[in-house]
Parts: sequence; structure tokens; C-alpha cells
Amino acid sequence: MAATRRTPLSLRIGLVAFLIAWLLLAAFPFLWTVWGSFKVELDFFSIANWTDAITGERTRIAHGGPYTSDGYAGAWVINEFWRNAINTFIVCFFVVCTSLTIGTLGGYALSRSGHNYVFWLLITALIFRAMPPITLVSGYLPPFFQWNLWGYLPTAIIVLVAINQPFTLWMLHSFFQKIPKDLDESARVDGCTQFQAFRYVIIPVMWPGVITTGLFSFLLAYNDFAVTTMLLNQDNRTMIPQIAAFLGTTYTEGNVMYAVAAVVSATVPLFLLVMFFQRQIVSGLTAGAVKG
Amino acid sequence: MKHRTFFWFFLPTALAMLVFIAAPIVSVVIQSLFVPHEAVLVETENCGPFGCTKSTVIDQEATALLSEEQPLGRFAGLEIYLDRGHLAFSDIGEAWRTSDGLGSFFATVLDLPFYDALSFTLSYTFVCTPLLIILGFAIAVAVNSLSRQIKGLVIFFSLLPMIVTPLVGSLILFWMIDSRGVLGNLISYLANDPDLSLKASTPLMWIALFVYGIWSSAPFAFVVFYAGLQTVPQDTLESAQIDGATRWQQIRYVVIPHLMPLVTFVALIQLMDNFRVFEPIVGFNAQAHAKSLSWIIYNDLGGETRQLSAAATTSVLTILGVAILLSPVLIRTWRDFRGSS
Repeated sequence: MAATRRTPLSLRIGLVAFLIAWLLLAAFPFLWTVWGSFKVELDFFSIANWTDAITGERTRIAHGGPYTSDGYAGAWVINEFWRNAINTFIVCFFVVCTSLTIGTLGGYALSRSGHNYVFWLLITALIFRAMPPITLVSGYLPPFFQWNLWGYLPTAIIVLVAINQPFTLWMLHSFFQKIPKDLDESARVDGCTQFQAFRYVIIPVMWPGVITTGLFSFLLAYNDFAVTTMLLNQDNRTMIPQIAAFLGTTYTEGNVMYAVAAVVSATVPLFLLVMFFQRQIVSGLTAGAVKG
Repeated sequence: MKHRTFFWFFLPTALAMLVFIAAPIVSVVIQSLFVPHEAVLVETENCGPFGCTKSTVIDQEATALLSEEQPLGRFAGLEIYLDRGHLAFSDIGEAWRTSDGLGSFFATVLDLPFYDALSFTLSYTFVCTPLLIILGFAIAVAVNSLSRQIKGLVIFFSLLPMIVTPLVGSLILFWMIDSRGVLGNLISYLANDPDLSLKASTPLMWIALFVYGIWSSAPFAFVVFYAGLQTVPQDTLESAQIDGATRWQQIRYVVIPHLMPLVTFVALIQLMDNFRVFEPIVGFNAQAHAKSLSWIIYNDLGGETRQLSAAATTSVLTILGVAILLSPVLIRTWRDFRGSS
């Protein structure tokens, strides 16, 4: 074991220094931006002195204290960012539910069928997974315009579900393979149909894998920019396209802090997600890998 | 499982993928072969008391009729593929004949929009992928040596750059390296050049984008390698120690060979993801210095004039690029499959 041989002090110091450097690199940008989002623009983007962003000199002059929530008020109240937050919630909720429902059925079937076509279906899914979603968008636009489907949330939801499927299938396939086949086979022997076996035997034990997959579906829907920005109209925008839209207007109007506040607001749910589901995220990331 | 049962279980997901992935691909290929109709122009002569004037007007009826007869537009074959915005073979030929050296030839070619974007996309893919694998591996080895209590906290912070939305992550970095941001100030202080600005320099912008790419994807490599490190066979390590292997030799000859399949996995996923690089260019507002293939598609699709044919053509070329990147893996999988059956 490693403990039997003492780590030399110099090596240990080197490792710790390297880790501290990495943690700074990983976490400092977030802390800095959260802190800066409560300042005025001239502090966060300071020409005179970079320490202004910490002490908030100009914020003190403008607002009488070192903190201001003007950026948040501008984003959430004046620019009605809450509408986009609601849209994001709707999109994420329905994308996760739908893609898990049809993905579990498909992934279960893939894991329990020994036929050749399973291999080809998985390879096809891998190819679909590799394609940048934005390459598909020009294929969506003409029919969506023609049938007047463009711009609405349900359209974006269905597209995101479909784009999500290849990944969901791969992940659930590997989770279902870990559930022993004997379970549903003995149910079949007892006279259940395949669907009953799935319903009464597999569903009660599949939740850990499904929750992990659901987290990644959520992340895909939440983080998407390419598809939602192209398929949603101005009123139905989710948060991420709205932030991009802020950028276009705020650089000219001089209220970048609205965008900073919106960015921080959009990071908070992800922060909480990692905090509560760290174990599932780690296991999900490695699920595909450990098989090789 | 019977074919019939399999079919019903698999039907919903298959339908979703057929309608919203497979069909759009076909449609994109078709669109790339057609150009929109030009308006039908008619020349009319108006004769008045002061002589005759000729005017050209759009014949609305004929235009509508034409687009009804051929809704896809005029068949153009490979015309769009060969135009200046895409493969531009004739411009390359021209450059080859007229330029007086390889340097100026490449400079001319890289000015063409498609090759400009392709060169950035490929540089990004092949610079970021190896570097993030090395960084991820180093973090994994370092974290593995920590005590159990701190590990959780370190993993939590390490995950953040990867989990956060790409557009949001790139904006957060961009605001810091802005010439008025904290890192921008630091860089211009270190370089002793108060006017140094990222937005004005192409090489600096490329480096910043590469840094973003490594920053945002190293955590993925880290987590995968960290999980792999837990499965390194302890008795092999012990026998290596008894044989007098140094720490570095243990990593080089025991740990790295054990993790090799994971390296392939991470490299594959990251090649696919880095090839679609898009959000950082929007977030960094970098289109003046760096364009990627995805960004070109986005740019063609956006705005008032949606240039569907141009976007579709770039999309097809991008998909071909992904196919070429993936082909070694696909060929290997196919061989394995044939060998095993």
C-alpha cells in the first residue's frame, strides 16, 4: 500500500500546491463574478484600480454602501428575466420527463435483447450523439415555418428530447445491464408478459440509474444554446438565449451588470444541483467509461 | 426478447430519433443541393407622352407559381459546395497559380471563410483534447493522494467548470480577461503594456479560447480518471514497489497502461465535443478573430436573411468532418463486432 512508503515532503507540498492552483482556477471565476455582480459596472470593470471590484469604491459613491442589487433588479424586474426562468423550468421539466419515459422503455429493450440489431442501433445512436445539434437546425426550420410550429416551447421540447435520446439510451442501456436478467426472467416464468415484468419487477429497482440519467437530461436541456436560440421566438426564450440577447443590447446601452446578474442567477440552480447530486453526477460520468 | 416485444418497447424512442434526427439530416442534404428561386423578372415598357421607359418588375405570379412547382428551389447540384463560402476550389486553384510561395498561398486559402473556420475548429480540437487529458490526469492523481474528508470538497469545486452552461462559463471567463477585468489588468501589468487588449489580438484570443476549452473539459477527464484510479490492481502496484520501481515508474508502467482504455474513451468524447465548439465564440465575442464551423452555421441561420442553403451545406461538411473524426473508432468497433460474432 502507498501508506507503507512515506510520501516525501517535497512531493506532498508539490501536490498540494498543484491542487490549490487548480481549485483557484476552477472556483475563483465563480466567486469573483458572484461578488462583482453586487457592484456597479465601473467597479466590476474597473479602469482605475482593480481593487475597486473588491471594495466597491464607486458603488459606495453611487449607492451609499459597498453592495447594490441594481443588476438583479434590472435583469429580473425591468427586463423580466423571470419569464425566461419560467420558460426554462417548463422546458427542463418536460424534456426530462419525456426523455426518461421513452428512454427507459428503449434502454430496457436494448439491454434485454440479444439480437444483432441491438449493436447497430447502439452504433447509430453513437453517431447521432456525435453530430453537433446545430447542424440539424437548418433541417428543422422550413417545415416548422410551413406548419407554423416555429417559436413555441413544445416544439423546442420535442426537439431537445430527440437530441437527448442517443445519450439517454446509452446510459440507461448500461444501467439496465447491471440489473440481473434473472429478475425479470423469473417473472416471465411466473407468467408475466414482458411489460408486466418491466412494470412490477424492473421499475421498482431502476431508480438510481434513472435519476442519474435524468440529471444529465436536465443539464442538456438547461445548458442548450444552439437549438433554443434558433427555435424559440422572443417571447418564449429560455434563460440562456436571453442572456445572449442581453449581450447584444447591453454592451451598447452600458448596462452590462444586468447580464452579469442574469449569468449569476442562471448559475445558481447548477450550483445547487452539483451540491446535492455530486455522487450521482460522478457515477454517471464514469458509467459509460468503466465498461471501456 | 422477441422481435415483436422489442419493437413496441423501442418504438417511441425510435420515432423521436427518426423524425427529429434522421429526417432532418436527409433534409439538410437535400437543401444543400438546391438554391432558392430568384424572383422572376419581367421587363415592361411604359410609353407615355414623353417617350418610352423600360422598367423591370418582379412578376409575383410567376414567382409564386415557380416556387409552387419546385418548392425546394432550383437544383444546383454541387454548386453551393464549390462556391466561395464553402470549398472554393476555383479560388484555391487561382491562389495556387498566382501566389509566389507556399506562405502566401496558405494565407490566401485561410482567408476563405470555410477554411478559416476549419483551421480554428481543428486547432481547437487538437490542442484542447490532449492538454485537458493531461491536466485531468494530473488532478486525478493529486486528488487520489488526499485524505477522504477533503476529497468531496475538492471534487465539488472541480466539477463546477464542466457543469456550468458553456455560454455562461465563457462569459464569466471573458469578463475577467476583458481589458478592464481583473485578469486582463494582471496580464497587461505582467506584459508591461497598458494597451494590451485581448479583443485586438488574434493569437491572444485563440489562446483564451483554448484556455476556456481546457478549463471547461478537464473536470470530465479528471472524474473519469479518478474513478479509474480506484480500480488499479493493488497487488501489481505492490510487486512493482518490491521490485524497486520509483513513484514515476509505477505511474508510467502500471497506472497509465491500466487507464489506457479510459484515455481512449475521454479522447473520443472530447474530440466529438470540441469539434462542435460554438458557445465560447459567442461568449468571448470573438468572431472577428476566430470562427468555428458551428458558428458559421449559426451566423448563416440567424438574422433577417436566413441563408438555409448555405447553412445546410456547411452542416453537411461538418457532419462529414465528424464522420472522419469518428471513423477510426467505428472501424475498430466493427472489426471487434465481426471478430466476436
